[in-house]
Amino acid sequence: MARNGDAPPDDVAVILTTEGPHGPVIHAANRAARLAGAMIGARVVDARAVCADLRVEYADLAGDAAALRRLMLWARRWCPWSVVDGADGLILETTGADHLFGGEAAMLTDMETCLSGLGLGAQLAVAPTWGAAWALARHGPVRAICAEEGIAPALAPLPVDGLRLKGDTLLLLRRLGLKTIGAIAQVPRLSLTRRFARADLAANPLMRLDQAMGHLAEPVASRDAAPRIIARTRLPEPIQDPTAYVPDLCRDLCHQLARQGLGCRRLHLTVYRTDGEISRIEAATAAPTRDADHLHRLFEGKLERINPGFGFDLITLEAGVVEALELTQTRLDGKAEEDLHLPRLIDRLSARFGAQAVQSPALRASHVPERAEIRIPALHMHGAGAEATPRERPVRLLHPPEEVRVLYAVPEGPPVQFIWRRQTHRVARYAGPERIAPEWWRDRPGTRLRDYFKVEDQSGKRLWIYREGLHDDGRGGDPRWFVHGMFA
Amino acid sequence: MQCKTALTSGYRQKRWFAGSQSQFCTLSEAFPATPTDAGAVGFVLSSLPRQRAPVLWVQDWLSQKEAGRPYLPGMTTRQVIQVDLSRPVDVLLAMEEGLRCTALAAVVGEIWGDPPVLDFTATKRLALRAEHHQVPCWLIRRAASPDLSAARNRWRVTSLPSLPHPEDARAPGAPRWQAELFRARHRPPGTWIATYDRAADRVDLSAAIRDGAVAESDGAQWRRAAR
Repeated sequence: MARNGDAPPDDVAVILTTEGPHGPVIHAANRAARLAGAMIGARVVDARAVCADLRVEYADLAGDAAALRRLMLWARRWCPWSVVDGADGLILETTGADHLFGGEAAMLTDMETCLSGLGLGAQLAVAPTWGAAWALARHGPVRAICAEEGIAPALAPLPVDGLRLKGDTLLLLRRLGLKTIGAIAQVPRLSLTRRFARADLAANPLMRLDQAMGHLAEPVASRDAAPRIIARTRLPEPIQDPTAYVPDLCRDLCHQLARQGLGCRRLHLTVYRTDGEISRIEAATAAPTRDADHLHRLFEGKLERINPGFGFDLITLEAGVVEALELTQTRLDGKAEEDLHLPRLIDRLSARFGAQAVQSPALRASHVPERAEIRIPALHMHGAGAEATPRERPVRLLHPPEEVRVLYAVPEGPPVQFIWRRQTHRVARYAGPERIAPEWWRDRPGTRLRDYFKVEDQSGKRLWIYREGLHDDGRGGDPRWFVHGMFA
Repeated sequence: MQCKTALTSGYRQKRWFAGSQSQFCTLSEAFPATPTDAGAVGFVLSSLPRQRAPVLWVQDWLSQKEAGRPYLPGMTTRQVIQVDLSRPVDVLLAMEEGLRCTALAAVVGEIWGDPPVLDFTATKRLALRAEHHQVPCWLIRRAASPDLSAARNRWRVTSLPSLPHPEDARAPGAPRWQAELFRARHRPPGTWIATYDRAADRVDLSAAIRDGAVAESDGAQWRRAAR
């Protein structure tokens, strides 16, 4: 399936590869590549030897599967039941639906038009059974249509690959000289049954043939999309300010969520303007919730960001991401807790000041001080990180470190006097050095090591200063001194 | 004549900082002597309740630029939720929201200077909320003048030269601060020398060493009692 928007031109030979046991193998190839000699399942180096100007891309299998699932739901416009078939197929149960599009042929044309509008090529077939449709779509004529009584003649000239069999079974049939489905159908059932008595479905030509002919049932197990949880308010005439309607929308949404035992993590408030535009604002929560008052407060101060234009007459509130939320009783006397819970506090602060302003620092295994602490938005807070270092660390850290002017340096230890923020500090006592080397796997090659000292000046102020580099390390000029933090 | 008080024992310290919970679950202010002096931060950290619950730490922009950020490896493994804001009015708003949440161990705010929004009303709101929900609240005010405020305890904290290091004579040892309680609601004000024991995560307060006042009476009652 072509990636969205950047499909290569038809005359360029492109293959998609996956990792095989002996290097990359071809997962898919376009028409130009197939004509040039690239075979699906062959190794990429072999294909390169045949065709030198082959463009090689990596296949995104998970992305393809997700896109196919979405396409399966999208295809419900033609019929109510659809299901994903393997890695590259869709099965639509169109029984009783084709007359809405003017017959089966017109429906297939409509499908091909709509799919090409999405940038997708498709091979389509209509047949009474899953197996027959599978074979006709892949190996049959263009837009094949096959009726109940015409299955056997339609399938007879197709190769045995159309029976959805495994590779070694196909090899066996080819060695037996059975090349078409018609040839298999002419073999007496008794001998086929005896030969493949213990084979499972994917290796059993007789069962696959029965499925294709309709002798063995193969129902379509359609999966439904989760229904959208959405609350709407239609207004008799356009208004400019949605504030008065938000509490009711929140209550309605929470009622729907409670009925299904869900809680929402994302909220989208959308207004539909009279001039055809829409305007929306969003809110997020740190834990699933269905408390109407809480959801209402998340929109406080944000409703002004809606651009009302000349007014709007429809407001919707949709739960974007939902998670299961069970009710638990926390108190024996049956009363509710009136306190504000921690996730709700985080929601409110994040909604008001932005998710980046509310952070939760966590420890990380690194000796470089600024990397020993990682800041993650509190909305995505999780448990404890790495262990704290046993060495003494300051309670405050300056970001970035501030350079000091050294007045009186000595060969070893920290400077005796230095000026920081226009004040002269005289070092009375010090502890150190603690040498922290750059992390070669992360830092750039020229990064210098640091020697950290804990110094105490004449007034009792305790600072964490460091010298960047050594005199003779060949990575720049004289070492410089920085203040990096303050001890308590 | 020198006076050394009995507030040195760990038992007394415990009563001061943890036992009298109702006195400490209120608004307190700490004024560092200079903006870069982290002694006040250490003093506030050491007086927070020892729980695994998170601390909400709110800073305005100037405090963060001038005095740095709280550094988690340097604190005694606490969970912190840090809020970086630009305006003092936002800091007060976030603190008020945080004080409604009893799942927090404490709320600490840092405000630079004397912004007009930090007036008596704002501090009164913070104090009442802290007392109602029983969440300790601290306000660290750098480059500020201690004018009208509803804070129940107001401290002035200055770093002092530290104790001698037990193993290295040249190195600074356990930190010491001069903690001056210049306004308090529930107890008489005073000045103490606070010594912080990092291993035990404990503060020992001892009275500042100074010359005591000479008794005003001439001692006649003692002579009468002896007779």
